[in-house]
Amino acid sequence: MSTHGITRADMHAVNLPRRRALNRLMEVLAWLAAAVAIGFLVLIVWSVARKGASELNLALITKTPATGFFTSGSGGLANAFAGTLVIVGIATLMALPTGILVALYLTEFAPPSVRNIVSLSLDVLNGVPAIVIGIFVYGLFVLGHGQSGYAASFALACIMLPLVARSTIEVLLLVPRALREASLALGVARWRTTLSIVLPQTIGGIITGTVLAVARVAGETAPLLFTSSLVGTQVHWNPHHALQTVPVAIFELSESADPQDHARAWAAALVLLLFILLTSLTARWLATRNRSKLSASR
Amino acid sequence: MSSAELTPEVARRPLTGRRARLGDLLLQLVAGAAAAAATVLVLLIAWKVVEGARPAIAKFGVHFITRVVWNPVVGREVFGAGSFLFGTAITSLLALALAAPLAIGCALFLTELAPRVLRAPVTSLVETLAAIPSVVIGLWGIYVLGPILQRHVEPALHSTLGFIPLFGPPSSAGPSIFTAIVVLTMMILPIVSSITRELFLGVPRELKEGALALGTTRWEMVRGVVFPYARGGIAAALILGLGRAVGEAIAVTQVIGGGVFIHLSLFSTGDTLASKIASSYQGAATNLEEHSLIYLALILLVFSLLANISAQWIVRRVARRQGVGPNRGGFG
Repeated sequence: MSTHGITRADMHAVNLPRRRALNRLMEVLAWLAAAVAIGFLVLIVWSVARKGASELNLALITKTPATGFFTSGSGGLANAFAGTLVIVGIATLMALPTGILVALYLTEFAPPSVRNIVSLSLDVLNGVPAIVIGIFVYGLFVLGHGQSGYAASFALACIMLPLVARSTIEVLLLVPRALREASLALGVARWRTTLSIVLPQTIGGIITGTVLAVARVAGETAPLLFTSSLVGTQVHWNPHHALQTVPVAIFELSESADPQDHARAWAAALVLLLFILLTSLTARWLATRNRSKLSASR
Repeated sequence: MSSAELTPEVARRPLTGRRARLGDLLLQLVAGAAAAAATVLVLLIAWKVVEGARPAIAKFGVHFITRVVWNPVVGREVFGAGSFLFGTAITSLLALALAAPLAIGCALFLTELAPRVLRAPVTSLVETLAAIPSVVIGLWGIYVLGPILQRHVEPALHSTLGFIPLFGPPSSAGPSIFTAIVVLTMMILPIVSSITRELFLGVPRELKEGALALGTTRWEMVRGVVFPYARGGIAAALILGLGRAVGEAIAVTQVIGGGVFIHLSLFSTGDTLASKIASSYQGAATNLEEHSLIYLALILLVFSLLANISAQWIVRRVARRQGVGPNRGGFG
C-alpha cells in the first residue's frame, strides 16, 4: 500500500459519514487558510492607513526634516521622496533597455544551449537576496568611490533586470509566429521584423512588467543601506552624492526612540504603500486585459 | 493575377541586402551583449562577495561557520556565524512550517473550492500581500504585531506548551524570534501559494474528474490525484519560499531584536545572517568585522544559489517527466 494515491482501504474500510466528515474538515481548513492570508493583508493595510492618516499632510512631501534641538522630530521627508524618485528613475533607465534586449536575444536569436544558461542566470539573479546585492555593490563601487545615488540605482537595477526580462519574454512568446513569418516572407529583414513588427505588439506587456518592477524596487531597503544611507537632511537631486530614500527613512525612523519619528514613519509607509498598491494593481489589471487581447489575436 | 510577376530576375535578386544583414548582425550583437552582461553579472556578484570575504576566510577558515561569538573589540576580535546560522535556521524553517499548510490550503481554496466570483479577486489579494515592502511589514511587526504576540499569544503558548523548550517565558520587550517567524510566514505565504496554485491548475481535468467519478470525496481526490501530480512542483515552491525567508533582511532586523547567543526559546531576541548584516549598515568597527560581515553575505549567497538551482532542477525534471507542466523555470 502506498502512502499516497487512493487505496482500497480508503474506499471500503472507512465508512461514508467519516469520509464525508474528513472532506468537510479539509474544506473548512482550506477556507480558513485563505481567510488568514486575506486577514494578514487587511490587518497591515488597515493599521498603516489608521496610523499613517493622522500624520499625513503636504508638509511630509514638501518639507525637509527639522534638525534643531527643540524641533527635531518635526518637518517632512522631502529629501527622501526626492532621492527615491532619482534613484528609482535611474535604475529604470538602466534595467529597462537591458531587460528588453536580453528578452529579445533569448526569444529571437539564442541557440537553445545559450538560452538555458542565460535563463538560469536570470533565475539565479532573481533569487539573490537583496541584502547580498547591497553588499556586492558596496564592494564594487562604494569601497572605492563612496556612497552615491548611482551605486544605489545600480543595486536596484540588478533586482529589476530579471523582472523586466522575464515579463518581456512572456509577452514576446505570445506574439503569433505567423506575424513574424508573414513579415519575413515579405522580405523584411530580421532586425526590422523584430524591432518594428514583433516589439510593438509587446509594448503593453513591457510597460506593465516595468511598472511592477518599479513598484517592487521602490520599497526595497536592503540594497540601499550600504549604497546610499549616510545622508544629510537637505533635498539633493544629484546622484553623485548619497541620497536619502523613503524606505531607508522608514527603516531609520522605525528604529528611533522618539514617538514623533514613529508617526512620520507610519505616514511615509502609508504613502509608499498607496503608491505600490495602486501601481501594481493597475499594472496587473492592464496585464490581464493585454494578455487576453494578445491571446485572442493568435 | 498579381501585377508583379515573379520573373527569373526578381526571383534571383537577394531578399536581404547588405544593410539588412548588417542590421541583423548589429541587433544580434547588442542583444547578445545584454544577455552576456546578465550572465556575467551573476559571476561578478559571486566574485565580489568572495573577494570581500577573503581576509575573514583566511583568518577564521571554515570554523567561522560554527563559532558562536561576535567580538569586535579591537585587538581581540573574534567573529563567527554560528548563532546567526542557528537564528536563520530556526526562523526560516519554522516560518516555512507555518506557511506551507497555509499556502497549500490557499491554493486548494483558489483552485477547487472558491466560488467563481471570488477566484480572481482573492488571487490578486493574495498576490498583493507579496507586493507590500518588507520595511512596511517590519514597521507593522514592531508596533502592532509584536505587542499583540507579547501580551496575548506568548503567555498563552507558554502556559499551555511551556514544557517544550521552544515556548519559554514570554519576552519582556517587543522584539523576539517568534515575531520574526510570524512576519516571515506572512512574507513567504503569497510566494508559495501563487506557485502552488499554478501547479494545481495544471493538473489534468480528466484525472480529477475520473477520481470523482469513482466516488471519492473532494479531499480524497486532492490527496490521491492533485498532490501526487504536483508533488515535485510543491517541493520546488517550498525551497523557493525557504530561500526567500533566509534572505529577508529588513523586516527581520526590525522585529528580531539582535544578540549573539543560541537558545531554544522563541520568545527571546536573536539575529539571522541577513539581519546581522543589515543592522551593521552604519559601519563596522574594524576592517576585519567588515570582512566577516561579507563572509556572512557569502554564506547567504551560497545558500540562495543552492536553493534556486535545486528548485529549477526539480521543476525541469518534473516538466520533462510530465511532458507539459509548470513553465516557471524558464521556457526550455
